[in-house]
Amino acid sequence: MHSRTCDAADAPTPGSPLPGTVEHALKIAVVGGFGVGKTTLVRSVSEIRPLTTEETMTEAAANVDDVRGVEGKRTTTIAFDFGRITLDATSVLYLFGAPGQQRFWFLWDRVLAGSLGAVVLVDTRRLEDSWYAIDRLEAQKTPFIVAHNDFGDAEHTLDDIRAALDLDPAVPLIRCDARERDSARQVLVTLVQHVRSLVSGDPR
Amino acid sequence: MSRSHRDESPDRLYVITSGRSSAPDDALDSVALIVAENAPTAGMQSEHARILRLCRGPTALVEIAAHLELPLAITRILVTDLLDGGHATARHPRSAPRRARPTTSPDVLEKVLLALQNL
Repeated sequence: MHSRTCDAADAPTPGSPLPGTVEHALKIAVVGGFGVGKTTLVRSVSEIRPLTTEETMTEAAANVDDVRGVEGKRTTTIAFDFGRITLDATSVLYLFGAPGQQRFWFLWDRVLAGSLGAVVLVDTRRLEDSWYAIDRLEAQKTPFIVAHNDFGDAEHTLDDIRAALDLDPAVPLIRCDARERDSARQVLVTLVQHVRSLVSGDPR
Repeated sequence: MSRSHRDESPDRLYVITSGRSSAPDDALDSVALIVAENAPTAGMQSEHARILRLCRGPTALVEIAAHLELPLAITRILVTDLLDGGHATARHPRSAPRRARPTTSPDVLEKVLLALQNL
């Protein structure tokens, strides 16, 4: 552990440091159930090896899902991975891989406050893992798209998946292979195009 | 990859932050870009000194946390100390207020799209 500590001090920005001119940071969340490929997608497009950190929160008033309003405090910690893409001399985009389960969601309100939008990554073996995330993003009015990380599943059409998720027809649904850089990039492009269409027209 | 703070006692994290469990400045975003304004000074707490060395160039709060192997909440407190002491400054992210729908401008979105397409 000590050698790691010294390394961090001696090489201040492992990976590639941001240009000194960068002033703005944007965020996109990649939300999905365990093992669906969130970190894989982040790694495919990130300019740095994905890093890991933890957010901890004491779940006092934050737990709005519990209608019983239990008074006791409980500390919850989630580990999450993130990567980044330097967009130009002044802007950087951070990509956060976020576990979408209900019990973690309140932590994301803080981590992802002000994000550009979200990608819900789904796996047809466990579509139910993404129901809560989709409900929550809709309720928060955070723009999102759904990407089906295709593990060679030829059985389910996108229409099947859209029906199973009861997805709003206005929300883009695409297939991807999170391991492929071009495919992962296309997921992000689709999200940003969707956000642009929401911003330019359709004031909800 | 081992993360050292996992093995550390909560007592140590308590000491690092002088017993504080949440940052006074809740507004410090996870991707606020932190820039050191001066080099570490003699007698400075070691975590503060490490942050200043990390932030010779703009570095996001979340990256500082990852490199220090400390939870984001603890890192937020430490960085806030440095901001309050004038040792560092923060470039705030281009984002909407909390819980509001992002109101990113079309110009910014075009820029993001172009960069992604050229990736």
